[in-house]
Amino acid sequence: MIEANNLCKNFKDKKRGDIHAVDDVSFTCKPGEIYGLLGANGAGKTTTLRILATILAPSSGTANVAGFDVVREPQKVRAHVGFLSTATALYDRLTAAETVEYFGQLFGLDSATIERRTNELFAALDMEEFRDRRCAKLSTGMKQKVSIARTLIHDPPVMIFDEPTNGLDVMAARSITDFIRQCRDHGKTVIFSTHVMTEVEKLCDRIGIIHAGKMRTEGTLDELRQNFGKDSLEEIFVEVSGDAR
Amino acid sequence: MSLRNSLIVYRKELRDMLRDKRTIRSMVIIPVIAFPLLILGMAYMQAHFMGTAQKEVAPIMLQGGQDSPKLLAALRDFSGVQVVPYQADAKEEVSDKKIRAMVTIPKGFDAAVSIGHPEQVSIGYYEADEKSELAKEKLQKFFDDYRNNVIRAALAARGLPPNLAEPFTVQSANIVAPSKVGAAMFGGLIPYLIIIFCFTGAMYPAMDLTAGEKERGTMETILSSPVSRTDLVIGKFLMILTASVVTALLSLISLGASFASFKNQIMSATGDSVPIAINPSAVAAVFALILPLAVLFASSLLAVALLAKSYREAQTYVSPLIFIVIAPAFAGIMPGVELNWKTGLVPILNTCLASKEIISGTYNWGHMALIFGMTCVYAAIGLAAAVRMFNREDVLFRT
Repeated sequence: MIEANNLCKNFKDKKRGDIHAVDDVSFTCKPGEIYGLLGANGAGKTTTLRILATILAPSSGTANVAGFDVVREPQKVRAHVGFLSTATALYDRLTAAETVEYFGQLFGLDSATIERRTNELFAALDMEEFRDRRCAKLSTGMKQKVSIARTLIHDPPVMIFDEPTNGLDVMAARSITDFIRQCRDHGKTVIFSTHVMTEVEKLCDRIGIIHAGKMRTEGTLDELRQNFGKDSLEEIFVEVSGDAR
Repeated sequence: MSLRNSLIVYRKELRDMLRDKRTIRSMVIIPVIAFPLLILGMAYMQAHFMGTAQKEVAPIMLQGGQDSPKLLAALRDFSGVQVVPYQADAKEEVSDKKIRAMVTIPKGFDAAVSIGHPEQVSIGYYEADEKSELAKEKLQKFFDDYRNNVIRAALAARGLPPNLAEPFTVQSANIVAPSKVGAAMFGGLIPYLIIIFCFTGAMYPAMDLTAGEKERGTMETILSSPVSRTDLVIGKFLMILTASVVTALLSLISLGASFASFKNQIMSATGDSVPIAINPSAVAAVFALILPLAVLFASSLLAVALLAKSYREAQTYVSPLIFIVIAPAFAGIMPGVELNWKTGLVPILNTCLASKEIISGTYNWGHMALIFGMTCVYAAIGLAAAVRMFNREDVLFRT
């Protein structure tokens, strides 16, 4: 469960002054549901997700993630969240197995649990072949699998994906979207950000369109279509983001 | 704070570092391989050049002296120099290093000497040119001997004992323990080297574990794990401290070992036959005194390097810092700079000076406790700064 309440995040910029990267954003995302955060570059998607993952602290407002408050209990939030983005790289000099083990330890798991989970994940993701290969030597697709295993080692109830398919080829992107769907099917709360309309149309149960830090509209795909009287999500997106310019 | 989490981070960073060829190069290969080579090379070169310079029969020119055949004959017999025919440009020949020195003999030298009339011989040489200075010393010795012979002959002619001119002799010898001699010789150099290596050893990992992580995109990954930022920075700090201390230790061991094995060559080259020793327990004490300084280096490098977005940017921040470290450390080597209430306040310099005292066997516990305590305070401030930096979003996510 994710409940964002009036999240705000301001940055100070020498040239542009105060920037409201996230401005009064509220939404709810339930277990077994995929929430798609749609927005142009710089709309505030990444900042919102980083606040939910407690990598950044909100300037005001708060959010409840997996039953914990992001402001008061950030460490507990992180312990119950899997966070994956194209910016979250792997340590080149650790092997696939060592990477997963390291994160298992950081998540406070005992070595028996880490071993069991690692074996499960490596079998499920078909990673046995490069288990002991260093991350620097892995292909993009293999690295993606290691990242997935790394985010899943503690079996988190909430998954946060920040533009997870950005820069990936069709096959690698597809394995990610399949994985996101599986997370939902296992009853996890899933939120992910993207600017690719087709991904949203295929995956999301609920959609929020964010622009200039503000949540412009929210609802299921059908609700959005009805409200805007348009069939294509792209048209809706352009209308929502465009009128603010 | 959780020590367990810090140790998990530390162990991972250690493993990561040990697999990095660049670290191994800067931490192990350079001190372990380069030092013996450097020391051996220096000893060899010095021995070689000093040897050839001393063996050289220096060409010199004589101005005047045609009316003093006795002196001329003695000079020709002297094996240290070779008299070449005088030319008017003798001065230039000295400065062009064609000849090593020129000797001006006054008119009627032989005659003046025989009647006891004082005369002055002058030697022209090239100051700071080693070969010319050696020739000058040889000539000086030759004329001293010549004068003594003249005195002895004069005494003998008057039927007086030869020791009348030399009623007593003076002898000087080192009466201080070899370890004290070593302390005076290298007492400043040892803390200087330990301090420099502590710093350079911490430099590379400090940049790699901060700006390097940002650049590679692993910073966001690790920040998404439940480990607290304080635990993370402590783990990283411990790794940097390890690298710092290990680099300094390896360098010191390598330096000590190469010095011990090539001691004889070095000593024979410099012509010193005084035995020299360095007390290993004093070096260990110095190391302990420098340890809080290593903590200060590791933590402040961590804080500074974290400001950078990339490894390259970190280098531009960190490289100038080495001068801040070298200047006071170097001042500690300078002769005459001693520990007092003023120098005792300057960080790094005070550690250097106290170390110098320790190596020479002077244990001033009050000074040492004060300096150790003060450096510990600085180190704590550095560590607090690093922790603070790591908790600042604008530093972690600088764009």
